[in-house]
Amino acid sequence: MPMYSLILRSASHFLLPLLLLFSIFLLLRGHNEPGGGFIGGLVASAAIALYLFSMDVKAARQVLHIDPRELLGWGLTLAVLSGVPAVFWHQPFFTAQWLTLELPALGEVKLSTVLLFDIGVYMVVIGSVLTVLLALADADDARH
Amino acid sequence: MRPEVALPILIPLLAGALSLAFWRSRAMQRGIGVVGTGVMMLSAWVLLYTTWQEGYLVMHMGNWPAPFGIVLVADLLSAIMVVLAGITGFATAIYSLATLGKRHEHFGYYPLMHLLLAGVNGAFLTGDIFNLYVWFEVMLVASFALLILGGERAQMEGAIKYVTLNLVSSALFLSAIGLLYGLIGTLNMADLADKIAQLEDPGMVKVVAMLFLVAFGIKAAAFPFFFWLPASYHTPQVAVSALFAGLLTKVGVYALFRVFTLIFSLEDPFTQNVLLWMAGLTMLTGVLGAAAQYEFRRILSFHIISQIGYMILGLALFTPLALIGGVFYIMHHIIVKANLFFISGLIYRLKGSYELRELGGVYRSHPWLALLFLIPALSLAGLPPLSGFFAKFILIRAGIEAQAWWLVGVALLVGLLTLYSMVKIWSEVFWKAAPPSAGKTPEPRTRNDALLYLSIGGLALLTVLIGLGAQPVFVLAEQAAAQLLDPRGYIEAVLGGEA
Repeated sequence: MPMYSLILRSASHFLLPLLLLFSIFLLLRGHNEPGGGFIGGLVASAAIALYLFSMDVKAARQVLHIDPRELLGWGLTLAVLSGVPAVFWHQPFFTAQWLTLELPALGEVKLSTVLLFDIGVYMVVIGSVLTVLLALADADDARH
Repeated sequence: MRPEVALPILIPLLAGALSLAFWRSRAMQRGIGVVGTGVMMLSAWVLLYTTWQEGYLVMHMGNWPAPFGIVLVADLLSAIMVVLAGITGFATAIYSLATLGKRHEHFGYYPLMHLLLAGVNGAFLTGDIFNLYVWFEVMLVASFALLILGGERAQMEGAIKYVTLNLVSSALFLSAIGLLYGLIGTLNMADLADKIAQLEDPGMVKVVAMLFLVAFGIKAAAFPFFFWLPASYHTPQVAVSALFAGLLTKVGVYALFRVFTLIFSLEDPFTQNVLLWMAGLTMLTGVLGAAAQYEFRRILSFHIISQIGYMILGLALFTPLALIGGVFYIMHHIIVKANLFFISGLIYRLKGSYELRELGGVYRSHPWLALLFLIPALSLAGLPPLSGFFAKFILIRAGIEAQAWWLVGVALLVGLLTLYSMVKIWSEVFWKAAPPSAGKTPEPRTRNDALLYLSIGGLALLTVLIGLGAQPVFVLAEQAAAQLLDPRGYIEAVLGGEA
C-alpha cells in the first residue's frame, strides 16, 4: 500500500487543508449556487483519500479524528433532526426555518435549518465514502 | 398540520442514525433498538387512534403544496399497517436481544433493522408514487444487508436470487412510473387517481396497470413470481426471517391494495380476472409447495405464499365484504407468521435443528411451548375461535356472495392443506419421541430465554385477542375497506376542495 513518493507526500500536506477549506466553501455556497453538502462532502473525502494514498491508513484515521461510521451516524442524526424544529411553529416537518442576523463585520447572515440538513449530508457523505475506503485499505494492508 | 403522520418514519430513521453513531457500543445499540421500536409502536397506535377519530391525515412535507411536493397520507389501511409494523418491529427487537450474537450486532444489525422499519412505514404512508418507489428501495437495501448478515454460504445463495428478482421488480416498477408520468404528468397518487379517469387511451392504462401488477406481484411473492421467497427466507438469522416474513411481502400486498383501489379500477373485467387467477394459483402452489417440505422454516416460507393468495383474493373479488376480509387477513397474518418464525428459532435453540426429522419430543420437555405453538399454528389453519378463522370465514363468505365458486373451493382446500402442514409440524416436532440420533448438541440454555418467550407469548396473546374480539377488529376493517372503496375521500383529503 504505501508508495513512497516524496512529491505526493509533500504536496498532500499542503493540499489537505486547501481541499478541506474548498469543501466547506462549496458546502456554504450551495444554497443558491452550485455546491452543497453532497459535493462538498465528496471533495472533503477526496482530500482525506489523497492523504491516505500518500501516507497510510493510520495517518488518515488520525487526520479524521473520529470513526467514519460514527461520523455517518451523527450526520444522519443531524439531517433528521433538522426537519424537526418546523413542528414547533406548527408547520409540517422539513419546512425550512430562517434566522437572519445582522453582524457588525459580516453584514447580513442568513442561518437556516436547510444549512443544518446540508451539514448532515456533508458528514454522511464523508462518513460513507471513508468507511468504504478505509475498509478496503485495511484489507489491502492485511494482505501485505 | 399533523405531526403524527411523519413520526412512524422519523423515529426509526433517528433511531437508526443514533445506533450508527454509537457504532462501538453494543449496549447502546441494544437499548436504542428496544426503545426506538417501542416508541415507534406507540406513535403508530396514536396514528391509528387519530385516523379513526378524524379520518384522513395529510402532511405536506416541507410545506410544498400537493401535487407538487411529497405528501404523507394516513388512511385507516395505512395506519393499520403501520401499527402492525410497529408490533412486529418491537417484538423482533426484544427477540433479537437474546438470539443475535456479538458477530451480527457488530456488523450493524440494529441500524439496518431501524432502516428497514423506516422504509416499510414510509411505503405505507406516502401519497406519492415515486416516493413509494424510494421507500421500497430503502427497505430493499436494508433487507439485502440483513439477509447476508453472518455471511454463510447458504445465505449468499439465497441472497443472489432475492436481489436479482427484486431488482427486476424495481426496474419494472420504475418503468411503470415513467410511463404513467408520461401519460398523465403527475406523480401524486391522489392527482393520478383524479386525472386517470379522463384519459382517452384505455389500452395504455391497462399496460401500465399490468406492469404495476407484475412489479408488486414479485414483491408480494404472488404466483408465478414467488420462487425467490422459499429460496431465501430460511437462510438468515431467525429474527431477520421473522421480520421479513411479517412485513416485507405485505408491503407488496399493501401496494397492490393501494394502487388497484385508488388509481386503477378493478371494475375492468380483464384486470380483475388476472388478479383472481393470480390469487387462486398463489394459494394453491404455496400450500402444495409446503406439503413437500421437511424443514421448519421452509414450510413456513411456503405458507407465506399461500396466505398472500388469500389477501389478493380479498382485493380481487372487490366487494365490500371481500375487502374487509383482505384487511382482516393482513392483520391476522402478520402477527401469526412472525410468531411462527420466532417459535422455529426457539426450537432451534433448544434442539439445534430446523429439520423435522431430527426434532421431536418438545411436547414432553416444554409443554407450554407446545401450547404457544398451537395458537398461531391453528390460527394459520383457520380454526375457531382464533384470528385466522374469522379472516378465512369473511373471505369465503365474500366469495360465495360473489359466486366465485372455484375460488371458494380452492380457499377451503388450501385451509385444509394448511391444517395438514401444521399437524405435520406438530406431530414431528412436538409429539413424536426425540430421535436417538438427535443432530447437533443444543445450545446452552441462558436466562435470556425469557425474552424469547416474551415476544412469542405477546404475539400469541394478540392472536387470541383478535379472535375473541373479532367484532371490533371487523368494524375497524370495515371502515378501512369503506375508505378504499371511496377514492374520492382520499383525493379530496390530499388535494383539498378543488378536486
